Amino acid sequence: MSEAREPVTGIEAPVYLQYQFTAGRAPSRFLSALKQGRLTGQRCPGCSQVYIPPRGACPACGIATEEEVTLSNKATVQSFTIVYIPIPGNPIKPPYIVANLVPDGANISFIHLLSECVNEEVHIGQRVQAVWKPEAEWDYKMDNIIYYKPLDEPDVPVELIGKLGVDGREVQP
Amino acid sequence: MSGLKAMSAQRDIAIVAFHQSDCQASAGATNEVELIMPEIRAVMDQVGLHNAQDVDFVCSGSCDYLQGAAFAFVAGVDALGAVPPIRESHVEMDAAWALYESVLKIRMGHADSALIYGFAKSSPGELPIVLSQQLDPYYLAPLWVDTVSLAAMQARLMLDAGKITEADMAAVVSRSRRNAMNNPHAQLAGDLSVEALLQEAPFVSPLRRHDCSPVSDGASAMIIATVEQAEAWGKPYAILRGIDHRIESHNLCTRDLTDSPSTRRAAEAAGVADGAIDVAELYAPFSHQEIILSRALGLGEGTRVNPSGGVLAGNLMMASGLSRVGEVFQRIVSGEARRGVAHATSGPCLQHNLVAVVEAA
Ligand SMILES: [Zn+2]
Repeated sequence: MSEAREPVTGIEAPVYLQYQFTAGRAPSRFLSALKQGRLTGQRCPGCSQVYIPPRGACPACGIATEEEVTLSNKATVQSFTIVYIPIPGNPIKPPYIVANLVPDGANISFIHLLSECVNEEVHIGQRVQAVWKPEAEWDYKMDNIIYYKPLDEPDVPVELIGKLGVDGREVQP
Repeated sequence: MSGLKAMSAQRDIAIVAFHQSDCQASAGATNEVELIMPEIRAVMDQVGLHNAQDVDFVCSGSCDYLQGAAFAFVAGVDALGAVPPIRESHVEMDAAWALYESVLKIRMGHADSALIYGFAKSSPGELPIVLSQQLDPYYLAPLWVDTVSLAAMQARLMLDAGKITEADMAAVVSRSRRNAMNNPHAQLAGDLSVEALLQEAPFVSPLRRHDCSPVSDGASAMIIATVEQAEAWGKPYAILRGIDHRIESHNLCTRDLTDSPSTRRAAEAAGVADGAIDVAELYAPFSHQEIILSRALGLGEGTRVNPSGGVLAGNLMMASGLSRVGEVFQRIVSGEARRGVAHATSGPCLQHNLVAVVEAA
């Protein structure tokens, strides 16, 4: 009787489901280029925005982004934060920088890490460059680029961030 | 009078556009956005609209468990053109229920038009096993009882009670495969006799493999509006006269699995019996379930059942229910039928059922 009155506070019911994952047609093209050491975006045929990483559609227009654009290894800091807590399982020691970066040739930022920099001197509009792993280690992954590091180039005015061509110059409309 | 039929005098709903992709055994690397985009484009083009900015409301149906991608339905919004922001909603169900939500939205006067879509990429997982996880999580899901096995137990009850014969089941499959020969989006089609089908080996007895719908990838989309808006667009449309859905107990052991009282109730509320039914598209993932549904809906000789081949010819989970409504709509707009019934289901052994009545304008 006393046993029956014990509340049951849990049961074990582990769930295992197996899936054959595919990245999608457009993301597959992006990842394949990344494995070859190339950052690519895709241009919307409607509004001409170049997206990285591309998912297959321009979310603003709702149409397929078919045109592949090879982007520069150079980028501009759009925003950043200095993180004082560790990333679980990541060798990077705090404090470190997480930044919104727009590579030259793209209009939309993506997020990556900044290093080889004085954290207190990082600022919006700062020019940075990708530091790639050795070619032998390239795979279908974003950390083929270990981090971005500062570049000795003049700052990009805020109103021009996200509007540079792959050559780093302002795109004339 | 119950359900949405009672409200129908207030704002009639017009179905204006529908499109469905091919049912493919595997869509390969195609992701959810890539599956959805062509269907949305197709219905937009049918009406002459640019993108989701041109409708008042968007609602989708999908289930992330199918492809094992968390928040895949959020990524699907990339197919819409949601800049500037749109009014959007999602059901973790078949898109037939997204249609239901959209109908409510319009009837309440919160929108005059809506885009509805459903998508499914079931091929990356083991669908019957994935669906076992929709069962009661304490006593049934841990046993991994799959949907095919549950349907097989239901068929066994039907056979043992003398409510159907194996030949009746094979006749459903034979008609589905033959009708599907005229459906360019079907996955399984062909001229197969009842005798030939009965020669096949059992799969999960008493079900043979052909008694079960195939696993399919694809998507479908629909545009509905008030009759006034449909008139303004100037495109042919059909009237969604009634729509209702009812659910039965989660506990399979308390249900009469040889009948579908929830379908019968939904049919009453949707007004199925108010006129002759020329065509019916029923979401019956297993052959014997088509017989249960036809009886619950009171369909007679005058009704063509599943002229598309139904889901035995290709089953887009989370889109097939919406597609049933779309199939009836297309047959009414083409003049092939005047009045039809569409049915959608969800859950094991026809647990949850939606019935819609579509009529010529
Ligand atoms: Zn665009």
